[in-house]
Amino acid sequence: MVSIEVPAVAAQKTPTRGKYLLRVVALGYLALLLLLPMALLCYRAFGHGLGALWSSFTTSEARSAVVVTLIVAGCAVALNTVFGVGAAILLVRRSFPGRRILDVLVDIPQAVSPIVVGLALILVYGKFGIVGGWLERHGIQLIFSLPGIVLATAFVSLPLVVRAVAPVLAELGDEQEQAARTLGASAWHTFRRVTLPSIRDALVYGVVLALARSLGEYGAVTVVSGRVVGKTLTMTLLIDDRLQNFDQQAAYSMAVLLALLAVGALLISRRLQSRARRLV
Amino acid sequence: MVAMPRTVVALVLASTAVVATACSSSTASSAGGGDVTLNLVAYSTPAPAYAKLIAAFQKTAAGEHVKFTQSYGASGDQSNAVANGQAADVVEFSLETDMTKLVKKNLVADDWNAGQYHGFVTDSVVVFVVRKGNPKDIKDWPDLVKSGIKVLTPNPFSSGSARWNILGAYGAAKKAGDSDQQAGDYLTSLFKNVPVQDASGAKALTDFTSGTGDVLISYENEAIYAQQKKQSVDYVVPNDTLLIENPIAVTTTTKHPQQAEAFLDFLYSKAGQQIFADTGYRPVVQGVTPKTGAFPTPSGLFTIGDLGGWHAATTKFFDPTNGVLTKIEKSLGVSTTK
Amino acid sequence: MSRRRNSARRAGQGTGIGVGLATLYLSLLVLLPLGAVAWKAQSGGLAHAWGQVTAPQPWAALKMTLAVSVVVTLINVITGTLIAWVLVRDDFAGKRAVELLIDLPFALPTIVAGLVLLSLYGPTSPLHVDIAFTRLAIGLALLFVTLPFVVRTVQPVLMELDRDMESAAALLGASGLAVVRRVVLPNLLPAMLTGAGLAFGRAIGEFGSVSLLSGNLPFHTEVSAVNIYNQIQSDNPVGAAAQSTMLLAIAAVVLLALGLYRRRASRG
Repeated sequence: MVSIEVPAVAAQKTPTRGKYLLRVVALGYLALLLLLPMALLCYRAFGHGLGALWSSFTTSEARSAVVVTLIVAGCAVALNTVFGVGAAILLVRRSFPGRRILDVLVDIPQAVSPIVVGLALILVYGKFGIVGGWLERHGIQLIFSLPGIVLATAFVSLPLVVRAVAPVLAELGDEQEQAARTLGASAWHTFRRVTLPSIRDALVYGVVLALARSLGEYGAVTVVSGRVVGKTLTMTLLIDDRLQNFDQQAAYSMAVLLALLAVGALLISRRLQSRARRLV
Repeated sequence: MVAMPRTVVALVLASTAVVATACSSSTASSAGGGDVTLNLVAYSTPAPAYAKLIAAFQKTAAGEHVKFTQSYGASGDQSNAVANGQAADVVEFSLETDMTKLVKKNLVADDWNAGQYHGFVTDSVVVFVVRKGNPKDIKDWPDLVKSGIKVLTPNPFSSGSARWNILGAYGAAKKAGDSDQQAGDYLTSLFKNVPVQDASGAKALTDFTSGTGDVLISYENEAIYAQQKKQSVDYVVPNDTLLIENPIAVTTTTKHPQQAEAFLDFLYSKAGQQIFADTGYRPVVQGVTPKTGAFPTPSGLFTIGDLGGWHAATTKFFDPTNGVLTKIEKSLGVSTTK
Repeated sequence: MSRRRNSARRAGQGTGIGVGLATLYLSLLVLLPLGAVAWKAQSGGLAHAWGQVTAPQPWAALKMTLAVSVVVTLINVITGTLIAWVLVRDDFAGKRAVELLIDLPFALPTIVAGLVLLSLYGPTSPLHVDIAFTRLAIGLALLFVTLPFVVRTVQPVLMELDRDMESAAALLGASGLAVVRRVVLPNLLPAMLTGAGLAFGRAIGEFGSVSLLSGNLPFHTEVSAVNIYNQIQSDNPVGAAAQSTMLLAIAAVVLLALGLYRRRASRG
């Protein structure tokens, strides 16, 4: 295609009327849908002063909910990180029968309703489920116990690490790895010393996204948790509990904490994402 | 940064260790040293009462080495969780049918209600929760069907606790002299005034306190709880109303029947019943009065027994095909299948 | 242009074990449970399962859920593309913040989303706008949670778009609108469809935010996910499984259809 020299059409500094209109509509939509509600959340949470906010975090239920959530998110993300890196390498660097199928399977969790996730896990790992029944006879309980929540959380955050790492892995190309291989490095050594450092930013970006998602899961956890205070009551379930007990301050406080964690995660992941892309 | 993979490995090992610990701790029911842990699974409103009850029990000789895990949620949800395998030693629900569900699954013994108090540890009554000051002047059941009044009650087909409300309304109509047909008509008029049917009583209560509706049909103890939580509501105890009885039992799967029964004995004791009374529940034991003064006794109090018992009432009113409520909801375009 | 370097894929060392482990993990966590749902659904016979799905309340919930999800998806296609356009082609103070916040619905817990919308547009709204317990509220909740999908799929394509074509068209006399319609949109269409598919899949299964905001009134504002939840709690796992399978099937069909259409659109 011959490149035609044309005067730049939209090189003005001052926006045209059309552009201004678009900007107003887009921002107005975002304000009504996103910004205003979040602003109200902050107002409701901080409205009674930092003292009230702080005291709602220092109750034993709040503290244990935070601990439970962190443990659950940590486990789920750890599992999905190992899986994520492995699957990314398999999908990008290797060929095997069924590679396309694996590609599709990884995305399935995104299309499943959280309630269905809970139901699915109960049917298999619940006391009367296929695997659960066998485990129960050996004294291991998954559903209504911490491991069940880990499973539900791992399910919903499954694709995140894979989808963060895979594109970067693809764009990087495997020249360095091939070079290491020809120099005699073993597969594991190549992985540790060459592959992993190169995807570091993308990996952390994926982990942060997965963490944010895991901290905030509600629907699936509602079904599989036993709501045992101090053991299986997560932060999101605590919000539910506090709302039903007319403790609006506690509900809003926990909500604002989760919102801040979400924003923080987004900030970090944005920075890492752009850094990972720039290295390519 | 070579530390990265090491961090990942460490994370994986740590998480595996945590998961393994969690697995084992979820199945272990006693942590050495003679300590026993009882799992209490109950519906949501007695949570504050149990906080005090457990503390008081642990001060007694029987409760000295007993620890508790507590789980609270909507009555039907909790019953379902236990039915699906949630560990429980003591269960308390808002209504009897949630208990019989577990009896059918052999998780609660057949004779759970053979004792002196028929298995009920607290009572309550159906009341009208209104805005503070009762601006719409709601006094009795006929006021609920006035035009323009918005009544909240949960859907009786998804909320077991809503059934108390309906049966209370029906029974009151019968007591006022209505025939079966007229009482049914009353229910139809009542439902015409219901804008929203929540899935659970707890949700209906929070919707009411958030500003929806003029009156909520609920239990006395929920109204008292809302007031204790500084919600600006009042409640009216109608003369003709239904006695609500909350069942409690020790499960058949408990590993500590002795301690569980001891806890139950404490709940039935004067000390335990006093704590219940002070948190808004009517005691089942004679001679216990709440600090704030005796509960008003409705002149026309009736029980589920007067309506034929739960089994007959469920068939007559809530049968998905022929129940009285089924026909009413269908005529109003609201669904009746669970 | 993406600088994708072609790396030859090969069945290298450890591939077999890797694939085996990955398959095992996926099977235990995803495939087996989802399979169990389908299996449970038909455990009483296919006719019974269909009866559970088409019973008055679940059927009404399904129809309403699909209808609202379609409307929300269409709105998202428009607003998402619009927002992506403004983010790519415009510049203003605070654009960075807006960029960041677009992703918030991804990371925010659904119950927080519901709580936040309820406080602004419910009975205690400072704006005196009370739409809680209406279908509008469902639409609002779904618009919130599906906000990022179309924006994030369209944005990268828009960024990479070759502006020369637009300039050429403008030079040849085409109005701004025509340029957009004839030159830009066809190039964006595949991305818009991808985003629409993702948004729709998310919308039909949404639970947390909707359950807080909609009142869950049977036949009026009860969505499928809430009905399924009630079925689980009412000890009707077969009904719950049957409806769940229905939702999964619909999501699969829509995603497949959009994928096929997208492939045709990008080829044409």
